[in-house]
Amino acid sequence: MASLAAMLTARRGRGKLDWTDWFSYGYLLLGLFLMFGPVIWLVLSSFKTTAALNEFPPRLLPYGQKSVVVAGYDRPLSLYRVTLPDGTTRDLAEVRRIGIQATLVDPKTPEAEYKVNIRDRQPVREFALALGNYTEIFGKFAFGTYLWNSVFITLVATLITLLFNAMAAFALSKYKFGGRDVVFLLVLSTLMIPPTIILVPNFLVVAELGLLNSLWGVIWPAVATPTGVFLLRQYMLTIPDELIDAARMDNASEWRIFWRIVLPLSAPALAVLAIFSVMWRWNDFLWPLIVLSRNEKFTLQLALNAFQGELTTEWNYLLAMTVITLLPVTFVFAFLQRHITTGIAASGLK
Amino acid sequence: MSIARNPIVVLAARVATAAMNAVDAPLRAVQRVLGVPRIGWIFLAPNLIILGLFTFLPIVINFYFAFTGGVELYPAERPFTGLDNLETLFDCEHYLDPSTCRKDLFWRSIFNTGKFALLQVVLMVSFALITALVLNRKILGRGFFRGVFFYPVLLSPVVVALIWKWVLQREGVLNAALAGAAAAPINWLADASWAFFWCVFVSIWAHMGFYTLILLAGLQAIPADLYEAAQMDSATPWRRFSRITLPLLMPNLVVVLVLGLIRSVQTFDEVFVLTGGGPGSATTFIVQFIYQTGFAESIHQYGLAAAASLVLALALLLLTLVQLRTTRKSLRGSGDRDHG
Repeated sequence: MASLAAMLTARRGRGKLDWTDWFSYGYLLLGLFLMFGPVIWLVLSSFKTTAALNEFPPRLLPYGQKSVVVAGYDRPLSLYRVTLPDGTTRDLAEVRRIGIQATLVDPKTPEAEYKVNIRDRQPVREFALALGNYTEIFGKFAFGTYLWNSVFITLVATLITLLFNAMAAFALSKYKFGGRDVVFLLVLSTLMIPPTIILVPNFLVVAELGLLNSLWGVIWPAVATPTGVFLLRQYMLTIPDELIDAARMDNASEWRIFWRIVLPLSAPALAVLAIFSVMWRWNDFLWPLIVLSRNEKFTLQLALNAFQGELTTEWNYLLAMTVITLLPVTFVFAFLQRHITTGIAASGLK
Repeated sequence: MSIARNPIVVLAARVATAAMNAVDAPLRAVQRVLGVPRIGWIFLAPNLIILGLFTFLPIVINFYFAFTGGVELYPAERPFTGLDNLETLFDCEHYLDPSTCRKDLFWRSIFNTGKFALLQVVLMVSFALITALVLNRKILGRGFFRGVFFYPVLLSPVVVALIWKWVLQREGVLNAALAGAAAAPINWLADASWAFFWCVFVSIWAHMGFYTLILLAGLQAIPADLYEAAQMDSATPWRRFSRITLPLLMPNLVVVLVLGLIRSVQTFDEVFVLTGGGPGSATTFIVQFIYQTGFAESIHQYGLAAAASLVLALALLLLTLVQLRTTRKSLRGSGDRDHG
């Protein structure tokens, strides 16, 4: 313990911690609590039963009512701590309840029945994960459909984004033709045109193409990302032209050069773009909200929004759905954080 | 099982190779016709077609929509109404009092957006700066803490809103904590001022990590020998901050401020899910006005929505020009889109 404290307080070169260090660690711990706390609370809550969710004040960990199997009864019975008329307390299993009177038995000697007022019994709780929240959403709602729609849009849009952006980046970095620089500027200029200001006309275009209420209506408008073209072009500029010239000597077609040489060599930049694209498409909300109005075409984000707006929100299911929705991004964060943070720091894109 | 022998991967590789070969022969023919440098246009084509269809064409159509009326979507069926839509939006007795305007929601949303954007950006950049300064110190677990502040940036706006909606429930954990301190529970999202506060708070919570990262990169670019020299002259920490850190970080700070403002003005998703724009219109922002007018209300007023888009586009154009000026000064490129 002492050595741990010594390690924590050790500072390079100088002596003890001064107030700025205390402030720094205090600030970081507060940040840890504020940033992760709500997410952890969400995850813990998603494992609670409806009864536990309605409890106020809430408990930190998910608890469920303990139940026991009693000889002579088919179903497991709920366990209660009962205060008997003589003042003693015992753990009894409830057989039935009529009005305010409950009938309970001792699990070990189920022959004798006790009748008590329901105010004299308290449920016995034990740590239990309500996994039903997660399994039931697939049956009760079309959750599988929403999940599939989200996965389909994310994967297909990312693949097309990678291919189209890489093709454009290849042309912009490896060929010298008239108008190339104008095109590059034109592509970059679309960075300045946020999707929010062309919602109405884009809706018209998608409607004219017959893509309303089709997953392709979400995919096609999203795949020509200027950030992707920029990122890949900058990377491809570092690939030596000699490689390409050598392949031309061997009579390789331009398409083959792109596919066999430039694309594989751009793998690191493609990986960064793939990560970004997956996050963009998985998290998209406003555009899918406008294009997809039919329930069976909803993505996860749209489904979450629809459920939370209902009058009788079933929070136990909503929480489980939210956790599933944040899982992929959390995995990306846990394993690929370094790629994302260096990517942002280097290019300023998100 | 190694990845290379996974049957799905093998199949995917076969399909990709077959597709590649199928494209190769026709493209070779095109290459013979066009010649080598001009085949670049073929490589550009898919990207340009999509940009044309879904970005450049809509910009043009948006102007047409803004000057036509009616409820039809197809341009040919829309009567030309000139400046009617803009006049409707700007029909006010007093511009500072939304309740005297014909489209009072439009003006309320503009005032809300302005108030929100200023508050959110100033507070967010301040906290991002403090966080970046702390993370720039020699601190145990620096990478871990950097990740902690960055994590919410990756979450979807809907998830962010639901996380906080759950915390802010009337029977939620925040009210429970307050009850522990003997305070009465508050219906956070039903009170106009509190709802606005939480919109600002949640938006900062969700986006601060991104700006922290940019500022941190700026801090790390400041040469260390400047600080060593200052230490030799036994300058106080405050003087080191105000005379070295702040001036050298200023270009980054301005970029981050303008970038944050451009995004903040377009805030929609988180707030829409968190409060739905309410209570009343207390947290209705300009993008939500466009969405409601054009798509959510029973009568789709595309023309009015397009006209409001024009107003938003003008505001963003001004901000972008400011950004370009400051960016050129600081020689640092940055994208300003959330969606690619």
